[in-house]
Amino acid sequence: MNKILKFFSFCVAITLISSSSFAAGKLNLYNWSDYTPDELVKKFEAETGIQVIIDTYDSNETLLAKLQAAGGSTGYDLAVPSQHFVEIMIKEGLLEKVSGIKDMPNYKYVAKQFQNPSFDPMQEYSTPYQMGSAGFAFRADSYSGDGSSMMEFFKPNDEVCGKLAVFKSPEEVVNMAHLALGSNFCSEDPNEMQAVLDLMLEQKKCVKVYSSEGINDRLKSGEVIMHAHWDGYSQVGKWEYMDDLTYAYPKEGVVGWFDSLVMPKGAKNVKEAKAFMNFLMDPENMAILSNNAAYANAIPESQKYLSDKMKNATNIQVPEGVPVVFGQACNEKAQSLIDKVWTRVMQ
Amino acid sequence: MNIQGENKSRNIVLGLTPLWLVIGIFMIGPLLIMAGVSVMEPNVYGGVYFKFDLSGYRQILFDTNLFDEMEFNPAYVIIILRSFVLAVSATIISLIIGFPAAYFISRQPDNVKNILIFLVTIPFWTNLLVRTFAWIIILGKGGVIESSFSFFGLLNEDDSLNLMYTNFAILIGLVYSYLPLMVLPIFSSLEKLDVRLLEAASDLYSSRMEIIRRVIIPLTLPGIIGGSILVFVPCLGAFIAPDLLGGGKKLLLGSLIQFQFSTARNWPFGAAVAMFLLSLVVIVLVINARINSKHEDLQKHV
Repeated sequence: MNKILKFFSFCVAITLISSSSFAAGKLNLYNWSDYTPDELVKKFEAETGIQVIIDTYDSNETLLAKLQAAGGSTGYDLAVPSQHFVEIMIKEGLLEKVSGIKDMPNYKYVAKQFQNPSFDPMQEYSTPYQMGSAGFAFRADSYSGDGSSMMEFFKPNDEVCGKLAVFKSPEEVVNMAHLALGSNFCSEDPNEMQAVLDLMLEQKKCVKVYSSEGINDRLKSGEVIMHAHWDGYSQVGKWEYMDDLTYAYPKEGVVGWFDSLVMPKGAKNVKEAKAFMNFLMDPENMAILSNNAAYANAIPESQKYLSDKMKNATNIQVPEGVPVVFGQACNEKAQSLIDKVWTRVMQ
Repeated sequence: MNIQGENKSRNIVLGLTPLWLVIGIFMIGPLLIMAGVSVMEPNVYGGVYFKFDLSGYRQILFDTNLFDEMEFNPAYVIIILRSFVLAVSATIISLIIGFPAAYFISRQPDNVKNILIFLVTIPFWTNLLVRTFAWIIILGKGGVIESSFSFFGLLNEDDSLNLMYTNFAILIGLVYSYLPLMVLPIFSSLEKLDVRLLEAASDLYSSRMEIIRRVIIPLTLPGIIGGSILVFVPCLGAFIAPDLLGGGKKLLLGSLIQFQFSTARNWPFGAAVAMFLLSLVVIVLVINARINSKHEDLQKHV
C-alpha cells in the first residue's frame, strides 16, 4: 500500500512540476501557412522565454470552421483572421475580449487610421498583423498577357488553359469574379450570383488544381503558369527563385484584406498572447514580419527598419488607378448564395 | 454452486466493462453525435441550430438552386458513383498486385518470409499525409518520373506527362496507401494453405490454371475478401489522396464530407453524407459476413 501511495504522490509531483513549467511560457499560434517568419518567432522566444507552437490553416473559412467546431476548446491562444471574419467571429461569440489593448506600451505605434477599425470599433478584440491583397500572379516569361484585366484569370487564353490554379476557398475567388463582372461583393441577387457561377464554371475547364497551399512551388515547377495569389506571397516567390513572377493589378481592382491577431474563446495562455500582440506592434518587430512575408502593415514607423529589397518590392506596390476593394462580412442570405455557388463549382 | 454461478456472471459483466466503455466512448458516442447533427438545421457561419430538419438528407438528391427553387441535383449521385468506381478499381488493382506478391512471400523460407512481411509493413511507420506528399514529388512536373524520362531522351525538357492532378494520380495514391492491407490477409490465408492439396490436384491432372482457380482461390477466399474490404472501405472515404493528387477538381465522398465541415460549413449535410457512407460500408460488411458463413459451411462439408 505504502509503495502505491509513494508512486502515486510521485506521479502527482511530476505532473505538477511539468505542467507549471510548461504553463509559464507557451503560446499556441494558429496562423496562415507560410506567414510566420522563423526570425520573428526566435526573437520573441529569446526576449520573453515563451515557447511558440505554430499550426497553420489555408483560408479564413477553415479557421472559422475550426473555431466553430471546437466551441471554446481549440487550444489556440492566437489566430489571424481577415477583417470581415473578425466581425463574423465576434458576432458568433468565438473570440475572447482582450483587456487593455489600448494600454499596451506599443499600441501608440499603430497608425491613427488603423486604430479602432470598423470591424472592431472599440479595439477590444484585435491588434493589427499585416495587410495586402488577393488577386492572381503569372510567370511573365511563359505568358504573353500583362494581367491588366481580371478576365485574363477567368477566361484564360490557350497559353494558360490547363496551367491555371485557383484558391481552394470561395471567399477571394467569388470576390474576384465580382470585380471581373462589375457586381458588388456580398450580392444577394440570384441573377448576379448565377453570372458569377457561370464564369467560374467556364474557368474550371482550364483549371488544373484548386489549392491554396504550396502556391509558389507549383509556379516554380511550371506545373501552372498562372495562380490565384497574394501580393506579398508572390513577392516572396519572386525574391526566392522566380524573377519573372508578376502579381497582376487588373484595372477592375484587387481584393483587399487586413489581418489581425485575435484570441479564440477559451484561450489558456492569455498573458503570453498579450505579450505577443504587444511584441508585434513594436516597429522593429513588425518590420521583421514585413521583410519576410512581404506585406504592408499598420505601423508607419516600421518603414525605418524595412530592408532595401522590401522597399523595391514591385509586386506589392499598387499602381495608380487600381482600386483595392476590401472584403466584407456578408449577411446570411449572401453568404449562403456564396456557399451554394462554391459547392456547385466544386462538385 | 449457485453462488459461484452468480460470481461468474458478475465477473463476465465486470470483465466486459472496459470493452463497453471503449465502444461506447469511441464508437457509439461519436456516431450518435453525427446522427444528431445530420437532422439539425445548418447555421451559415458554421455549426448548427438545435432544430429538427431533414434537409441534410434531402439535399443528397434534391437541392435548392440560387433562386431558391427545389430541383433534382444529380451532382452528389455522380460523386457517389465516382467514389464507388474509383474504390472498386483501386481494390481490383491491389488484388492483382497483392495476390501474386502474397503468394510469392508465402512460398519463401521462414527467415526470408519474415523479412519480406516486415518490408510490407514499413510504409505504416510514416504518416499517410507525408507519404502522399511524396507522390507529388514523384509524379509532378520535373519530378522523379519526368526527369528520368527526359534523362533518357524520351521527353523534351519543356514537355510534361501531366501525371499530377488526374484520376490516374488518385488511383496510384490509393493503391499505394492500401496495398499492404491487401497483401497481409491474403498472405495469412495462403500460409494456412496445405501444399499437399496442390500436389494432389496436380497428380490428378489439374492444369496450373485449374489449380489456381479450383484449389488456391477457393481456399484463400476469406483472405481475398478480407483484404478487399480492408482496401475498399478506406478508399471509399479517402480524402487525402483525392485532395492532394487529384487537384480537388472532382469531389469524392470523403472530400465532399470534409468540404462540408470546413469551407462549405454545412454540417448537417456533411453528417448526412457520412451516415450514408456508413450505411454503404455496413452493407458491404453484411455481404461479407454472408459469404464467409457460406464458406465455412462449405469447408464443413469437405
